[in-house]
Amino acid sequence: MAFPRPRPARPELPRRRVRTLECGQGAVRAARFNVDGNYCLTCGSDKTLKLWNPHKGTALRTYQGHGYEVLDAAGSFDNSQICSCGADKTVALWDVATGQVIRKYRGHAGKVNCVQFNEEATIIVSGSIDSTVRCWDCRSRRPDPVQVLDEAKDGVSSVKVSDHEILSGSVDGRVQRYDLRAGQLFSDYIGSPITSVCFSKDGQCALAASLDSTLRLLDKETGELLGEYTGHRSTSYRLDCVLSEQDTHVGSASEDGHVYFWDLVEGSLALSLAVGRSVVQSLSFHPTLPCLLAATQGQLQLWREDSFQPEGDPDT
Amino acid sequence: MAAAAESSDSDEEDLVSYGTALQPLQEGERIKKPVPLQEQTVKDAKGRYQRFHGAFTGGFSAGYFNTVGTKEGWTPSAFVSSRQKRADRTVFGPEDFMDEEDLSEFGIAPKDITTTDDFASKAKDRLKEKARQIAGVVAAIPGTTAFDDLIGPSKITVGVELLRKMGWKEGQGIGPRIKRKPRRQKPDPAVKVYGCALPPGLSEGSEDEEDEYQPENVTFAPKDVMPVDLTPKENVHGLGYKGLDPSQALFGVSGREHLNLFTGGSEDTSNLLGDLRHSKGRKLGITGQAFGVGALEEEDDDIYATETLSKYDTVLKDEEPGDGLYGWTAPKQYKSKKRSERDVKYIGRILDGFSLASKSSSPSKVYPPPDLPRNYRPVHYFRPVIAAGNESCRLQKALEESTGKLASDLAQQSRHTLNASQRRERLGEAALKGPAPSVLEYLSEKDRERLKEVKQASEQQMKARALPHQSHSSRFQPASPDDAVHKWQMLRGQLGNAGSSDFKPFAKNPEKQQRYESFLKSLKQGEKVDTLECYLDPSMTEWERGREQEEFFRAAMFYKSSNSTLSSRFTRAKYEDDVDKVEVPRDQENDIDDKETAVKMKMFGKLTRDKFEWHPEKLLCKRFNVPDPYPDSTIVGLPKVKRDKYSVFNFLTVPEPTTSVTQATNEKIQQNNSLNKPKKPSRWDVSDKEKEEKDSISEFISLARSKADAQQQPPVPATEESRSGPSETLPTQVADEDKDQEEESRPSMDLFKAIFVSSSDEKSSSSEEDSDEEQQPPTSEIDSETTKQVDLPDNSSSNVQENAAAAADPGISLLPTSRQEVDAAEEFGPKLPPAFSSGSTWQQDPVAPASFPGPSKKEKHRKNREKHKTKREHKHKKEKVFNF
Repeated sequence: MAFPRPRPARPELPRRRVRTLECGQGAVRAARFNVDGNYCLTCGSDKTLKLWNPHKGTALRTYQGHGYEVLDAAGSFDNSQICSCGADKTVALWDVATGQVIRKYRGHAGKVNCVQFNEEATIIVSGSIDSTVRCWDCRSRRPDPVQVLDEAKDGVSSVKVSDHEILSGSVDGRVQRYDLRAGQLFSDYIGSPITSVCFSKDGQCALAASLDSTLRLLDKETGELLGEYTGHRSTSYRLDCVLSEQDTHVGSASEDGHVYFWDLVEGSLALSLAVGRSVVQSLSFHPTLPCLLAATQGQLQLWREDSFQPEGDPDT
Repeated sequence: MAAAAESSDSDEEDLVSYGTALQPLQEGERIKKPVPLQEQTVKDAKGRYQRFHGAFTGGFSAGYFNTVGTKEGWTPSAFVSSRQKRADRTVFGPEDFMDEEDLSEFGIAPKDITTTDDFASKAKDRLKEKARQIAGVVAAIPGTTAFDDLIGPSKITVGVELLRKMGWKEGQGIGPRIKRKPRRQKPDPAVKVYGCALPPGLSEGSEDEEDEYQPENVTFAPKDVMPVDLTPKENVHGLGYKGLDPSQALFGVSGREHLNLFTGGSEDTSNLLGDLRHSKGRKLGITGQAFGVGALEEEDDDIYATETLSKYDTVLKDEEPGDGLYGWTAPKQYKSKKRSERDVKYIGRILDGFSLASKSSSPSKVYPPPDLPRNYRPVHYFRPVIAAGNESCRLQKALEESTGKLASDLAQQSRHTLNASQRRERLGEAALKGPAPSVLEYLSEKDRERLKEVKQASEQQMKARALPHQSHSSRFQPASPDDAVHKWQMLRGQLGNAGSSDFKPFAKNPEKQQRYESFLKSLKQGEKVDTLECYLDPSMTEWERGREQEEFFRAAMFYKSSNSTLSSRFTRAKYEDDVDKVEVPRDQENDIDDKETAVKMKMFGKLTRDKFEWHPEKLLCKRFNVPDPYPDSTIVGLPKVKRDKYSVFNFLTVPEPTTSVTQATNEKIQQNNSLNKPKKPSRWDVSDKEKEEKDSISEFISLARSKADAQQQPPVPATEESRSGPSETLPTQVADEDKDQEEESRPSMDLFKAIFVSSSDEKSSSSEEDSDEEQQPPTSEIDSETTKQVDLPDNSSSNVQENAAAAADPGISLLPTSRQEVDAAEEFGPKLPPAFSSGSTWQQDPVAPASFPGPSKKEKHRKNREKHKTKREHKHKKEKVFNF
């Protein structure tokens, strides 16, 4: 660690690289933990999707069926299904066990950047550069989306789904939050193209990363700015941002090969992890443990806290 | 008890005891606990609580402390819900709270079915009833009469009652009493009758026999009319077949005669064969009975009856006389025994009081159809219609002659289609002399001259002013001559090359058409407007003439010959395109400039937030397990409203001929400038309501913006430079001035013109830009983003550079391939990071603070290039394959 530590270390941040996996699927476009954090999915630029046990370092399955780069993936709550999307403009629904495509949703006019299940894995929400968010029905066989959210004026780069909300960030610099329960759309103007959005775990805030190398924490209800986090570099690529497992820290990938963590409340830089030499593309934070997945180029790295003992892995 | 009382009596005789003494306690028995009040209930035989309320019946069971049911009061009804029995029994009737007794025969709501008074017989004949009851017991099927009771309508109508009072009895006919001749229609008594007793069915016969002995002066009631049985035939039996009468078959006729299935015809046949019977002295096969022979009967030779030929018609005979309605299978009573000669001729029943005419009326004469010519073809042939005014009037004449009518005017059809002059013509009246009297006529010569002068003067003035023509606004006023002059000129030009017009817009009105044609002809020849007017109908008023002239003018405009030929190929649109309206979201977004300013000042929240009403799809709500927020709405997404589409074209007026080119470029620059700058709040995209809402904010914002403008001014020229070439020549101050002007007044035509002109210009300039710095295209979209964020002064220009450097491959030699690649990937927005970089230099730069390490980047790109190269080769190969 060449970086000086600006603050005394918080024990719950991942600081140690535990494992490095060569995924062997071209560039890893996205790395995503599953719902309980025991497994992860990596999306490769060679049209494949892989399922891993990152804690043991074993590749479990490869899913082939996309026609172009796979850009995002998500697992269902019961781990029985995977949805993925890619530059082939399709959204695919996979069966985890058989590795077969259950359904393919075609309808996006451009490559699909991001995909999410809803809570019960009955709806797949996907965002595309065609500036629409589409909600696909997993239950019925209808080929067209349940609803098309075309309020964004430019490509949608990130989508998140809570139990009653759809949060989307688009390149026109807006964070749109569709509240199904209230029947309202909240549109927050950030100005700079949004690369990634995520909900905080308490459901009160929304984090938005934009191309002006800034993360912003917004109050979900009022749209007020709660915090601003800078120091990383994000000017041209679609990079992920994360919140730590207890919402104590805000993390973001950076184009300089690092992952930065800020204290959520104070906004001060808490940690910088040198993941690689090139752009860190994708991040995924473990839902319950201080454990981070970072994808750079063809690699997948697992970072744990300092006190972590590989033998006593509680997950496996 | 009694003993105890006695004993007590004996003890204390003075005492008077009331009530019943308690049972003496047994030895060792414990005193019973008194029953608590709420358990002191009375129950009936069925275990229900006895009624305390209500005098005799009714009331409700007193359960708990004389309340109902339970301690809580009413027994709560158990909630039952199932798919089949949904919403069942929601309404309780009084019966639901009644006991069974209440519903019984003597309860308050008896449920047994009883005959109500409406349906009960009023006057029941007791005797008859009794007889029927007896008959019921004796009848073929015991108890059948009981069914009659049930089924038959027992009410006696008023008519029947009246008749009864008048002395009518059931079974009699209606009418005056008549004398009756003894009838001779009985079967011959000589016929042997086998069997024991005379059945009741013969009673009528015996009656008839008795008739013979009736004295002459006795009158009888007329026979009851048997109503015509009009029931349709539904079975497959032969006509007149009746089937077995069970009463006769089983008991009644004990073998008196063979059951004759053909009762209708039997008489006749018997009559027919009468002599035969007599001569032979024995009955032909009419013996036996249906079901065996009785034990006491002697004859058992012919057990099973045989249908002999004699039962059937052997000869064809005339139809039965009578009304002929029924033929030979008619019911017996319709066959009259005697027939007159006349009756034979006339088929049908002669009504009472009528007699047949002695001589028949002569039959109506029938004329034979005319003889058809030999070459006649039974097809209608339409003669060709020759329009009036065609050149070939000779042909027309010939045709008209052939049709037999001489040339007559077209408007012969109806008097309503004629106009005054036509009527006049027909009536043979002389035409009115001269034109209709105008007001001028009544003026004196001097006044007229003066008026003329005034008119001319005003005309001169008008011409000098050269008003923009608004001819259509005065459509129904007589077109003023000078206004019409240049219209004529235009029209003349159009008509010049138009051929002879086949089109007749006023074909219905030949006079008008004629006028129109002459009008056109003179117009083509180049006559003046005043002379044109002479072709108009002089009998018309001034106003009418003006209108007609206008009409002709328009007709000439629209119905040119080329138009008329073309018009057949097109149809008018059924639905008008809604050009002026456009669907826009109801809630408009706030001004984006305000937001940008707010973002820059980090004033997130109210300023940067827009709140819309958004209707999620119903299914989506269902899938999300969320109640539909708008259950009644049919809208999905943002509610939309139709607004007037504000196109710039709506504001275009008459094109002004020329403006200086420099001015146009000036405007163009200004436009460029305004593109770079935060835009002025457009008056069209913000609704009034929102404006009101915003007012307090916008004050503040405008203040902030002015500050921002001041900050922002310096970088503007720099960005401009890269965007448009010609703009460099002009100082920015000019642009500013223009901007001020723009704010004050509505944009003139030139501005719009400039927009459209400059758009093409810009395109060309941007293409120039492309050729200049060819690595730009992949970042163009980012470029547009950065121009948006010009207001961030520190990174505006550097950002572009950086992006360009980061995104595009350095080195021009790489360009074509990289471009191709980028095109294929259709990059918009944030890109994906490159796939690989050589990991060899990992140790060299462990930390990359801010700037991107150059060499590694290059290496990466080289690798990329190699990849692209191979790709390109692949592509070429592919192309080749496709080519050959």
